[in-house]
Amino acid sequence: MPVDIESRSSALDPDGMPVEELVVNVGPSHPSTHGVGRVVVHLDGDVVVRADPVIGYLHRGIEKMAENRTYLQVVPLTDRLDYVGSMYANWAYCRAVERLAGIRVPERAEYLRVIVCELQRIASHMMGLGAAAADTGAFTFFVYAFDQRERVVELFEELCGARLTYNYVRPGGVSYDAPEGWTDAVLGFVASLRASLPEMDKLFFGNTITRSRTKGIGVLSAEDAVAWGASGPVARASGVNWDLRKHDPYSVYPRMDFDIVVGENGDSYDRGRCRLFECYESCRILEQAIAQMGGGPVKAEGLARLIAPPPGDAYDHIESARGSLGVYLVSDGSVRPYRMHVRSPAFCNLALLGRLAVGHTLSDLVVIMGSLDPVFGEIDR
Amino acid sequence: MSPLIIGALWGLAAAMLIAIAALIGVWWERKVAGRIQLRYGPQEAGPAGLLQTLSDTIKLVLKEDITPTQADPVIFRAMPFLVFVPTASALVVVPFVAGWAPLDIQTGALFFLAVPGMSVLGILLAGWASRNTYASIGGVRAAAQMVSYELPRTLSVLALVILAGSMSTGTIRAEWRWWWIPVLALGFLVYFIASIAELNRGPFDLPEAESELVAGYFADYSGIRWAIFMMAEYGGIVGASLFGAATFLGGGLGIPGPAGAVLFVVFSALIATAMIWVKWTFPRMRPDQLMGFAWKVLTPMALVQIVIVGAVVPWL
Repeated sequence: MPVDIESRSSALDPDGMPVEELVVNVGPSHPSTHGVGRVVVHLDGDVVVRADPVIGYLHRGIEKMAENRTYLQVVPLTDRLDYVGSMYANWAYCRAVERLAGIRVPERAEYLRVIVCELQRIASHMMGLGAAAADTGAFTFFVYAFDQRERVVELFEELCGARLTYNYVRPGGVSYDAPEGWTDAVLGFVASLRASLPEMDKLFFGNTITRSRTKGIGVLSAEDAVAWGASGPVARASGVNWDLRKHDPYSVYPRMDFDIVVGENGDSYDRGRCRLFECYESCRILEQAIAQMGGGPVKAEGLARLIAPPPGDAYDHIESARGSLGVYLVSDGSVRPYRMHVRSPAFCNLALLGRLAVGHTLSDLVVIMGSLDPVFGEIDR
Repeated sequence: MSPLIIGALWGLAAAMLIAIAALIGVWWERKVAGRIQLRYGPQEAGPAGLLQTLSDTIKLVLKEDITPTQADPVIFRAMPFLVFVPTASALVVVPFVAGWAPLDIQTGALFFLAVPGMSVLGILLAGWASRNTYASIGGVRAAAQMVSYELPRTLSVLALVILAGSMSTGTIRAEWRWWWIPVLALGFLVYFIASIAELNRGPFDLPEAESELVAGYFADYSGIRWAIFMMAEYGGIVGASLFGAATFLGGGLGIPGPAGAVLFVVFSALIATAMIWVKWTFPRMRPDQLMGFAWKVLTPMALVQIVIVGAVVPWL
């Protein structure tokens, strides 16, 4: 349980002895900052009094760079936002462009998008869970999770040639159709993942040390989750039933039969376990999508290489592995966007860190940070 | 020869033994960890990667020996030795043969517990002299942890001493009988867990918790001084495994001759492997949970062991 900072008879100044808060600068180069995050932590003894996330170490000005590129050239930039889940940024951006220019996407392309994004969800959750486990010292679980992620990355490599920055989802469709036998390989992966998920659940979440390290740590109430704009597994673990795939359905998701994983306690344990269970739901979606997918083109017919949408603006969002990922585009009628803005779920989720960590120890801080699963490419943009 | 020279020679032998054991131990740990983690571990340098540690050692020795400008230079440079020497000294009282230890003093068991305990001072000062926040926290954590786990470890060895009726380690091994195994099972478990904590290894590696404190008390060390800290850790594993096998398991179950010697080595290797296995499977504990575990679980367990032994002794 967190220590109540206000009522704590502080170790600071117990008998009129001058004692100072210890300021620990965690990051930007630190083993558990998930990239280049930085947190300035004020400690009273071992208890966190204040934790301020400092961001901007990975700022590349992607939103500004987009203004000098044509609509098609922006897609590779979006790969560099959330580099653990590049497919989502591709898709969210393309949906905004398609809405702006009124492009209709062929059905087979929509199915392929759903398939790659559910695979991406599994890969991203595996990475997030593994990194969170490595933060508690369970490095073996990290390797197990990374093994599953590697299989997804290999499937993507077969599909579009890239392992990390896919540039796969394009305005009007996807870049390539799936190669022969690819859907069977996906089904094979789904079967093997289903078999190994219970083992991973037992190895990490079944461990008594893990439970004592994560249960009741960094509890986020449902009210706070809504008020701070949290989304994705972070919000759902607190009992907020909010998933854009169900509540603002897009693409072919309405044709899929799947459940939303909702937690109860909103602690680090629930956030992690929500991610694990979402992998099961992704498996269900993958099987249905492959069964339903028909033939046909994967790109919109007769789409010009230089897209010049009519003047106006458009916003569209999808459910990424981290939450509601939105892209806002303004067009002045030229072949380049006038303005692009990304609504980053990881940014909103990370903002909660200072609130969740207060009253816990320094060791808990890294566990809470891991459970928020931040990706700084998307936070700093 | 004067006892001083004999002592120095034994110290040299212990240091050599630790150096060789560390070379093999690091390789073995990487191999076992690799197998646990769906990979092979080192396999390029030499047969099955056996020379990997040797090449790493050469690399470490050739590296620049950095002393941070903020650090207290004398203490900073000296502390690796204050950690290594007490740990290495523990080996001289390990009964390698029944009735004999290199230094078979009347208070061998006490020596084994007390002298390596001095390394806590080296760790605390290494963290403090680094003038680095992470290193300081790591040093303080190590001090609290090692002092706490000293108690259950001492109590578990005390059970041995009561049964054997002597604190001489050679006598303990000579007195060993097969029924010690069921009687001392609980004590052996306490000894095993407390030894892991005493050596600051996972799941009790809080002083060097890389996800929180980067590397803890040796965060600022590099090259050969860093290697000496690692040698001390592996030396500790060797000492704890050998002593555990020699006393709790009677060496090779009390069998005399070469068969017993082989069994003794096998048991020691098994204990060391179990330590590696535990480290690579479990997550790390939190400091307050760690202290709670020492005082609320391990110490009562060790006390129960003392009571069990106390109940057995009158029937001897």
